[in-house]
Amino acid sequence: MKHKTFFWFILPTSLAMLLFIALPIVSVIIQSVHAPHEQVIVEVENCDIFGCKKSTMIDQEATQSLRDADPLGRFVGTDIYTNRNHLALAEVADAWRASSGVKDFTAQIMNLPFYKAFAFTLTYTFVVTPLVVILGFMVAVAVNSIPSVLRGPTIFLSLLPMIITPLIGSLILFWMIDSRGIIGSFIQTLAGDPNLSLKASTPLTWVMLIVYGVWHSAPFAFVVYYAGLQTVPKDTLESAMIDGASRWEQIRYVVVPHLLPLTTFIMLMQLMDNFRVFEPIVGFNASAHATSLSYFIYDDLGGETRLLSSAAATSVLTIVGVAILLTPVLIRTWRDFSRK
Amino acid sequence: MSKVMDRRSPLLKTLAWSFLILWLILAAFPFFWTFWGSFKVEGDFFSKADWTWAIFGNLTQAETGGAFTGDGYEGAWIQEAFWKSAINTLIVVVAVVTISLTFGTLAGYALSRSTYNYAFWLLITALVFRAMPHITLVSGYLLPFYEWNLWGKLPTAIIVLVAINQPFTLWMLTSFFRNIPKDLDESAMVDGCTHFQAFRHVIIPVMWPGVITTGLFSLLLAYNDFAVTTMILSKENQTMVPKIASFLGTTQTKGNVMFAVASVVSVTAPLFVLVMFFQRQIVSGLTAGAVKG
Repeated sequence: MKHKTFFWFILPTSLAMLLFIALPIVSVIIQSVHAPHEQVIVEVENCDIFGCKKSTMIDQEATQSLRDADPLGRFVGTDIYTNRNHLALAEVADAWRASSGVKDFTAQIMNLPFYKAFAFTLTYTFVVTPLVVILGFMVAVAVNSIPSVLRGPTIFLSLLPMIITPLIGSLILFWMIDSRGIIGSFIQTLAGDPNLSLKASTPLTWVMLIVYGVWHSAPFAFVVYYAGLQTVPKDTLESAMIDGASRWEQIRYVVVPHLLPLTTFIMLMQLMDNFRVFEPIVGFNASAHATSLSYFIYDDLGGETRLLSSAAATSVLTIVGVAILLTPVLIRTWRDFSRK
Repeated sequence: MSKVMDRRSPLLKTLAWSFLILWLILAAFPFFWTFWGSFKVEGDFFSKADWTWAIFGNLTQAETGGAFTGDGYEGAWIQEAFWKSAINTLIVVVAVVTISLTFGTLAGYALSRSTYNYAFWLLITALVFRAMPHITLVSGYLLPFYEWNLWGKLPTAIIVLVAINQPFTLWMLTSFFRNIPKDLDESAMVDGCTHFQAFRHVIIPVMWPGVITTGLFSLLLAYNDFAVTTMILSKENQTMVPKIASFLGTTQTKGNVMFAVASVVSVTAPLFVLVMFFQRQIVSGLTAGAVKG
């Protein structure tokens, strides 16, 4: 295709992506080094019979006009990145010096909002992703072995957790695990503790969110593996059988190697999606016990005072995280491409 | 495959069946449970005393005189004007799907036919953009949108969703167009068509299966979005998902939870129908990117 034709075909998409994905990234970077203007303080002198007193007050009008004239705020460099709500360099250094051991240090770090969110995001991403792959594979193998009449309805039911709006899906589960809901009261009976609440404890909240994540994403891995299983070479499987391979050996030496490229694909997609975990925390109302990077940004943006600069700094840090996460994939793709 | 199956021991078979049944219960039971419960009063839906109340509706019977009640739906749709959000969602979804597909088919076709390096790099850039958490982009929009007075309006949300949708649409459509033989449009061009004419008269008539599949996924993205719509739309223009979130935010007065339950069921119902009719396309779409690389 000629360059010129290509250009016209690609123009609308590139324009949309440039304006609404590339520029916002630039915009967050700029915002993250600016902070809102400080209030303009004026000194006024009040004189009465006892003499003159100086007092300071906020000049609302001047503050407002300054903010209107320059909405971006004042340039502060990397101050926002290093403050307590983000990388908290000073606090980390203090904790390092004052802490008695690794455990104490970790506990202190986990009190800092950014590190708390970061820890949960990483845990979620790296626990949910492998579990999704394993569960999806098991379901795919099981579905593949049932009579084909039953496969349609089975796939239908299996797709539901994935197709559902994440916020809605987490709400549905949230209501069920409520201490008055069916799963919640069942667990209370199991544990023999009528006051047990999944929402009140941090470890249980994490477990709950991870269970939700696996429930939500397993169908994706299942469908991809199921389609992959349809293309397993029958000849190889049969010759393995003739050679006396057991069912387990067939899976181990024929099916799994065949599905390996699909695993890479699922892992990549899952890493990207799980790293932005956000809706379940809103749905489960879990922010007291677990926050993610995305939730942290959402929290800054919402509410009465929109903390745009703070959100922007977290966004930049998140984007750096995504970039690190993707680097191995990109390097591999580039190698494959330059080899061609 | 049947031969393989026959060789399995009965124990393994039982295990596989019970695992599958357990998975199906896990996957589908919550939906049926919530659907059933949405026709009860709050005291039954959250039944501390006896969980069977949620099934038989003892309190619902006592409070409303019947085992089922539509109070939750009435409250949500009429009293809280959920119908307005439903209309907004409809507008957003239709517009996003139409625009995404128009942009996406043009670009996807070009990418599948170009042999230059920049086509590859464009796809890689799209992959990187695909990985951006949506909320990080939203925090980049807010200040400019306030300044230019674009915040809160439906068209703004639509164009943002279209853009966020593009990377995915591009990947999927490119892989579909690669499956349409090049000879088709090349022979049209030999006959004197320009590239665009070849696209219009030769490619468009055969591209629909791929476009419908991609459209389904754009639809899901627009329909399911929470991060963008909750931040960018003003209260009057809210779509269904942020509206439900705001039900939760209001103090949990009696009955209000049931509004949320009823609207959750209302949002889920169209998705159910969608999966029922388009199961084959969804499955093929999910695997399109994977199998072809």
